[in-house]
Amino acid sequence: MIRSILKSGWRFIDDRTGASQMIVPIMKHIVPRDARWWYVFGSAALCCFMMQVVTGIALAMAYVPSSGDAFDSLRYITHQAPFGSILRGMHYFGASAMVLIAVMHMAQVYLHAAYKYPREMNWMSGVVLLLFTLAMGFTGQLLRWDANGVWSAVVGAEQAARAPIVGPFLAHMILGGDNIGGATLSRFYVLHVFIFPALIFAGVGLHVMLVLRHGISEMPKEGEPVNPATYKRDYEARLKKDGVPFWPNAVWRDAVVSLVVVIGIVVCAIVFGPPVLDKPPDPTSLNVNPSPDWYFLFYFAVLSMLPANLETWVILGGPLVVILVMLFLPLMSNRGDRAPSRRPWAVAVLVCATTAVVILTLYGRRSPWSPNFAAQPLDAQVVGTTTGPIAEGARVFFDKGCIYCHDVNGDGGQRGPNLSRVGDRLTEAELIIRINNGGHNMPAYAGRITRDELSTLVTFLESRRVHTSAASAGP
Amino acid sequence: MPCEISRRRMFARITIFAGAAIAALAGVPVIGFVFAPLVKPATPQWRQVGTRDSFQIGQTVKVEFSDPSPLPWSGITAKTAAWLRRAGDNEFVAFSINCRHLGCPVRWVDGAKLFMCPCHGGVYYEDGTVAAGPPPEPLARYPVRVQNGQVEIQTSPIPLTTFKS
Repeated sequence: MIRSILKSGWRFIDDRTGASQMIVPIMKHIVPRDARWWYVFGSAALCCFMMQVVTGIALAMAYVPSSGDAFDSLRYITHQAPFGSILRGMHYFGASAMVLIAVMHMAQVYLHAAYKYPREMNWMSGVVLLLFTLAMGFTGQLLRWDANGVWSAVVGAEQAARAPIVGPFLAHMILGGDNIGGATLSRFYVLHVFIFPALIFAGVGLHVMLVLRHGISEMPKEGEPVNPATYKRDYEARLKKDGVPFWPNAVWRDAVVSLVVVIGIVVCAIVFGPPVLDKPPDPTSLNVNPSPDWYFLFYFAVLSMLPANLETWVILGGPLVVILVMLFLPLMSNRGDRAPSRRPWAVAVLVCATTAVVILTLYGRRSPWSPNFAAQPLDAQVVGTTTGPIAEGARVFFDKGCIYCHDVNGDGGQRGPNLSRVGDRLTEAELIIRINNGGHNMPAYAGRITRDELSTLVTFLESRRVHTSAASAGP
Repeated sequence: MPCEISRRRMFARITIFAGAAIAALAGVPVIGFVFAPLVKPATPQWRQVGTRDSFQIGQTVKVEFSDPSPLPWSGITAKTAAWLRRAGDNEFVAFSINCRHLGCPVRWVDGAKLFMCPCHGGVYYEDGTVAAGPPPEPLARYPVRVQNGQVEIQTSPIPLTTFKS
C-alpha cells in the first residue's frame, strides 16, 4: 500500500521534472573498459571539495568574520564547540587533500596526455580550477585570523604591490585600505566563502560537462597516436565494441577511493587535530615568524633563495609564465602519441617538477634562510668553560645576535656559515676583518661592538676547532 | 518578411539594452561600495606615544598607537606599532615595523643594535639602512614630532615596495 503510494508519487515527480530522463543517461554513459584505478583522482578531488563545502558551512555558523572577533570565535570552535576541533581539522586536512589530489589528477592527465584532442578545454578548465583551489588555500589560511594570518595578508599585499602600475591598487584591495584593520578580514571572508566557491562550482560544472561531451579518455596505447581527423570516430567505435556503463562499472572505484580519502581526512583530523592557532592577530606583536601553509612552502623557498635583483621579476613573472604554459599546453601539442613510453620528455618534466617541488617544500619547511630567533645562549658544555674570555665571547656571540644566523654545534641559525670549527678555517685577523666589515649577507659590526667584546668573541671563535666540536658532541 | 526580421532585431536589442541597464543599476552602487574606501585615503592623524623624557637617548623601543580611523569592529587589529629611536635631545626617528622586502615585522635586537626580519633574514642598521639580506630599500620612516613634551607619530600606510624596472 505505502509502497504503491510512494511509487506513484515518484512517477509523478519524475514525469513532471524529467529527473531520470536527465540523470540516467549521464550515469549510464558508456566509458572505456580500461578506465580503471588511474581514473579516480578527479572524482576524489570533487569529493574533497564537497567535504570542504559541508564542513565550511558548519564552521561559518560559529565563525565571526570580523577582524576583532574572529580569533576568539576560532578559539571557541577549537576548544569549546562540540565537534569543533574535529570539524576544523577536517576542513584543514580536506583542503590539503584537495590540493594534493587535484595535483595528482593533473599529473595523471599529463602523464597519459589525456589533454590532447578533443579534450583541450577539459585540461584548461582544470588548470583554472587548480588556481581557484590554491586561492581558496591562501584565503583560508588567512581566515585563521591569528598573527600568522595577519602577516600573510601583509606579505600577500607586498607581493601584489610589486606589479607595475596596478601594484599599489592591488595591495590596497588585499588589505582593504592602507593598513591591516577591520576591512581586511571581511574581504578575505567574502572571497573564501562566496566568490571562489561560486567560481569553483561553475568551473566544476563546465569541467564535468566537458568530460561528458568528449567522454573519458581511454588508456594510452603505443602505436595509437591521436589524429583529430579520425579520433572521434575511432573512440565511438571502441566504446561500442567493449565500453561499459559508468554506473556502476566504473563509478564504484571512484566511490571506494573517495571513501578512503574521507577516512584519511577524518583520521588525520582526530589524530593530529586542526592547525594550532598562533598568537592573537595583534599587529603590534612583532615576535612572529610568518610562514605559509605547506602547499605554498615551495614558492616561499623559491622567493627566499633568489638573488635580490631577480626578485620582482620572479614574484610577478614566475607564476604568470607557469600558469600560461600550463594553460596553453594542449594548444601547443594536441595530437600524436599519448603513451608515456613515447613521450620521454613529458615523463622527465613530471619527475623533475615533482622532485623540485618536494625538495623546495622540505627546504621551505626548514627555512634555513630565516634567522633562528628561538636560539638560546650556548650551553656551557658546548662552550667548554664557564669563565674567562672564551665564556665571555660565547655570551657576546649570543648578545650580538650572531647565534641567530650561525650554528655552533647544533645550536643557532642556518643562514650564515656554520662556525663549529671556524677556528680551523680562519685566523684571528681574518675573523676581526669579517666581523667588522660584514659580508654580502652579514651586517658590519664595526661601531656596534666594543674592542673588549670583539677580542673575547674572536677568542671564543678561535677556540671552535675539531677537537672542541668533537668533545661537545659526546653524551 | 523584412519587417519580421527588423522586429526580431528590435526585440533582441531591447533585451540586450534591458540586461545592460539592469547590470548598470545594480553595478554602480556595488562597485562604488566595494572600491570607494580604497580610493579615499584615510586622513593622517598625529598620535601620542609617550612623553619625551620617557625615552632615553640612543634607545630604540617599540611604541603602539591606533590607526587613523579604525572601524568599530577592528578590535585589536586597529593598533599598529613603530620602532622609535631617540637620537638626540629633541630628535626622534620613527621606523615602520615592516621589512621592505615582503612586509614581515622586523624586530630590534638591542645587543647588536640591528633590526632583523624573521622571514628571509633582512637586517637593518639602527638608522634603518640595509645591513644585509634581500631588502631593496631602507626601513620606511614615519613623521614624528615633539609637542608640549609629548612625542607624536603621524599615522601612515604600510610602506609598499613597488615595481622599479
